[in-house]
Amino acid sequence: MKLLFEKSKPGTGNQYIPACDTPEYALDASFLREEEAALPEISENDLSRHYSALEKRSYGVNDGFYPLGSCTMKYNPKINEAAAALEGFTDIHPLQPADTVSGCRKVLDMTKQYLCTITGMDAMTLAPAAGAHGEFTGMMLIRKYHEMRGDMKRRKVIVPDSSHGTNPATGTMNGMKVVSIPSTPEGYVDLEKLRQAVDDETAGLMLTNPNTLGLFDRNICEITKIVHEAGGLCYYDGANMNPIMGIVRPGDMGFDCIHLNLHKTFSTPHGGGGPGAGAVGCKQFLAEYLPWDLEETENSCGKVRSYHGSFLVIVKALAYILSLGKEGIPASAAASVLNANYFKALLSEKYTMANPGFCMHEFVMTLEKEHKEHGFSALDIAKGLLDNGIHPPTMYFPLIVHEALMAEPTETESRQTLEEAAKIFLDLYDEAMKDPESMQHRPQSTVIGRPDEVLAARKPVLRWKKEEKDEG
Amino acid sequence: MNSPAELKYSATHEWIREDGDTCLIGITDYAQDQLGSLVFVNLPMEGDELTAGEAFCDVESVKAVSDVIAPVSGTVTEVNEELADAPEKLNEDPYGAWICRVENCSFDHELMDAEAYAAFCEKEHE
Repeated sequence: MKLLFEKSKPGTGNQYIPACDTPEYALDASFLREEEAALPEISENDLSRHYSALEKRSYGVNDGFYPLGSCTMKYNPKINEAAAALEGFTDIHPLQPADTVSGCRKVLDMTKQYLCTITGMDAMTLAPAAGAHGEFTGMMLIRKYHEMRGDMKRRKVIVPDSSHGTNPATGTMNGMKVVSIPSTPEGYVDLEKLRQAVDDETAGLMLTNPNTLGLFDRNICEITKIVHEAGGLCYYDGANMNPIMGIVRPGDMGFDCIHLNLHKTFSTPHGGGGPGAGAVGCKQFLAEYLPWDLEETENSCGKVRSYHGSFLVIVKALAYILSLGKEGIPASAAASVLNANYFKALLSEKYTMANPGFCMHEFVMTLEKEHKEHGFSALDIAKGLLDNGIHPPTMYFPLIVHEALMAEPTETESRQTLEEAAKIFLDLYDEAMKDPESMQHRPQSTVIGRPDEVLAARKPVLRWKKEEKDEG
Repeated sequence: MNSPAELKYSATHEWIREDGDTCLIGITDYAQDQLGSLVFVNLPMEGDELTAGEAFCDVESVKAVSDVIAPVSGTVTEVNEELADAPEKLNEDPYGAWICRVENCSFDHELMDAEAYAAFCEKEHE
């Protein structure tokens, strides 16, 4: 498929862009580029077809089963879109007088209030643009808290070895030193190791619960107590909030601040580059450090994004919360756990589970034995699934499980879909056992076959370059 | 797995070659095999102070990023810059592709000889 740049024909014109109707501003020459930008010229019709062609080649939740672990690829109800398309929400500007956008302000206030209720927090910001951005903002609150107390030596962040990679990255980006503690063989936080790790330099702990293995850590109150007694704070990574929303609250587990991925748990579209929304909530004693939006506040940790965040994403999340309601939210959480356990039980017929027994919203399989003894890998199974119209589970994560496949079916899949998908997983396993060699040529039916991932990572081609016509 | 007799080894799969007053450090054959094809190396810098048991460099494969742990304490005097453009050398020739040279080495961490290390890997692989 050709790029827009390659399809460009000079002179085609971009007539669909209207003429400039404001006075031109003469920018100082020092700010002007020396040559014209190499922008493509293409007719509106061809442009429209280009994007339709791209859309047909992509795969999303609307195309089929998408059990990508830790990503909560649930169905996004169309009512969210209808709400977000209302003119009163779309034709506005963040700087217009407040009394002309009171409905929009109410959306923000209501969303904050509901999210506080669901998480057990006292205050909330909707500004962060995505999950990792929310983590970063949450850890800024913790850093600010210690700094305001003059406790400058607290620079250590503790993360379990099963944590999402963004946790250590967040700690580091906040100028902190990250200490990883090993999990118990069952995949839980090792309380003894945690007790040894905390001291008067501990800024805080970052944790998901349920964790990355899909297990709910029953010691959670003891864990947060250990950190608090050492003078640190506890940060809840909301990546795995889906199976507990409306049932247990991070605030009651002892967490001081949290982030939520509205684009996972609260059903706003994601996976295509965004925009996401990473709301951050905190207990009252941290509220004064929250980022500001329109007017700077005295003790705020700063500004993390322009204005109010991804506003229309917030509208969709609110539509979701209101349509599910007080009964629907815990019911949805329970269904996500039921679906994961049913799918796990079906796959257990052939696949080895990293942790036997019940799981929460997701579970991890290991193909370590198959890889060693039969010569096919988690990657091979993932590639084989592509030929069967299923988006593969998350691969090679968490790092503490070798040859890992991590599946999260979510609550929005029917029993029939789960059974059909399980059959595909099981048939593929048999096929791989019979003929592991053939698995290395999967997928066969997709637009792109098996790319050379090593070459792509070593010599990435990240941008299109205009051909140098002058050079022979 | 190959583990040359003249080297010393750490439990986190780094090797140390004593070279006069200095040491060369790299990752072992077992380490590169477990990591898979490496695509990026975040090298230390000349002058870095290494502390035995702490990360001083990281290597990235298609699957994951892994820390390289200092097997000895000391000061980095030379870095194998060639690896920045050719991380595959760590896969192709793990005992030739040294990561850095260290002086004032202090061996405050327990290290293994080749035989003990081979047995250690054998056990870990099970």
